[in-house]
Amino acid sequence: MNWNWEFAAEALPILLHGFVNTLIATVIGTVIAAILGLILAVAIRGLPRWINWLVRLLVAFIRNTPLVVQLMFVYFAFSGIPGLVDVPALVIGFIVIGVHYSTYMSESYRAGIDSVPPGQHEAATALSLPPVRKFTAIILPQALRATIPSLGNYAVAMFKDTPFLFAISVVELVTAAKQFGGSTFAYTEAFTLAGIIFLAASYPTSLLIQRLDKRLATY
Amino acid sequence: MNDNLATLLSFLPQLWEGIQTTIILTVAGSVGAIIIALVLGITMTSPHWWLRAPARIIVEFFRGTSLLVQLFWLFYVLPLLGFELDPLLCGIGALALNYGAYSAEVVRSSIKTVAPGQWEAAIALSLSPTRRMLRVIFPQAWALMIPSLATLLIQLLKGSAVVFFITLSDLTDKINQLRQSTGDTYFAFSIGLIIYFILAWMLQEFMNFLERRATAALGRRRPNSRTDRREARRAARADTVRKDRLVSHGVAGEGTDSGLGTDPLKRPSSGEGGDR
Repeated sequence: MNWNWEFAAEALPILLHGFVNTLIATVIGTVIAAILGLILAVAIRGLPRWINWLVRLLVAFIRNTPLVVQLMFVYFAFSGIPGLVDVPALVIGFIVIGVHYSTYMSESYRAGIDSVPPGQHEAATALSLPPVRKFTAIILPQALRATIPSLGNYAVAMFKDTPFLFAISVVELVTAAKQFGGSTFAYTEAFTLAGIIFLAASYPTSLLIQRLDKRLATY
Repeated sequence: MNDNLATLLSFLPQLWEGIQTTIILTVAGSVGAIIIALVLGITMTSPHWWLRAPARIIVEFFRGTSLLVQLFWLFYVLPLLGFELDPLLCGIGALALNYGAYSAEVVRSSIKTVAPGQWEAAIALSLSPTRRMLRVIFPQAWALMIPSLATLLIQLLKGSAVVFFITLSDLTDKINQLRQSTGDTYFAFSIGLIIYFILAWMLQEFMNFLERRATAALGRRRPNSRTDRREARRAARADTVRKDRLVSHGVAGEGTDSGLGTDPLKRPSSGEGGDR
């Protein structure tokens, strides 16, 4: 082993600086995915048949194609349009990640909404609540209870996918590590530290989600 | 557009090479992953803590650090430690370790989900632990784990797109080359995404086939299978036809006319009488 503590100390601030971008991408990506996922889940239920089919095809398409390729596609497509104000790569990054994961989250929302007992729908109808009220006040709160842990899991998965932003030259944690390694040749320290930072952030979060899952369980 | 097609045609052999690399990575990666998953997953169900603990640590380690970190570690750090690996092996290794750790969790939870009565029955029949696992528990757990493994397999296919960061020329890299030679981002990436989509679809169909076989071997049917859905639709259609016929013959009215609390307004509407 050729571990050098000096290099490690030198790398840490650079890595943490990159980590800020990782966090920004994760948090904003999660917000986008959570909102868009809900819209998709509701839209798939409510739309007429043929649009519904189209939306489902689109969702399947986004889910089953690699995030890296999608990132590059959108990045190059944007930079190819002349006269457009430069959109920062990070913005493209969290939007694409958000949209990608919204297709996963819409599936959890759908499962959550399906898990609300039919009696609740019927009771709300019997009380003649308007459809919007019925959804926001009766169905959604109960559906979210079943959905939130899996949304959390997707947020963690998203966090671990942020290094893919490397493809569109966003300097996040892993890119920072690679750049540091490239200039000092201290790859060992840089990548090991990057791994440790990932582990230190994602493992406690997933433990937290497990506890949340147990607490929110209705049975 | 015609230019693009001409470029695509001359590019086809290269594109096929890229697809082959992606397929090799996916197949070899998933074989490695399933081996890792079975070993670690079954170890994690062991009653001895000194077997469970190391397996758990390995799984959490590879699940917690990102795929790209592992890939770069294998590619950049291992040579510094004196092990030079071929980039293709690095790619396969990283995919197998990362997705193997995820699948190990699936294997563990599926084995734990097999009904306790099955364990007890196997013990009561005094089957050896190996036979118990191989002949009783695993076949049932296998049918349970296939849907989750199918999701992970498609994740692995999608994850394989990052190997072009370590100089491997897979499908993603070829698409990028196609973009550069046609200068048309939309064209090149649409083709690439569609190829990935078709690959993912083929994997999904393969896993559905495996699941059908696994559940058939247990004498069960796949939950919500295509045949089931088709039959349900046919039954629903037959039902509505039957109800309509009943309503049009005026049978619906007679059945509900039993005196107590009959609502005359309700009678003609819908085909509820058909249920009786």
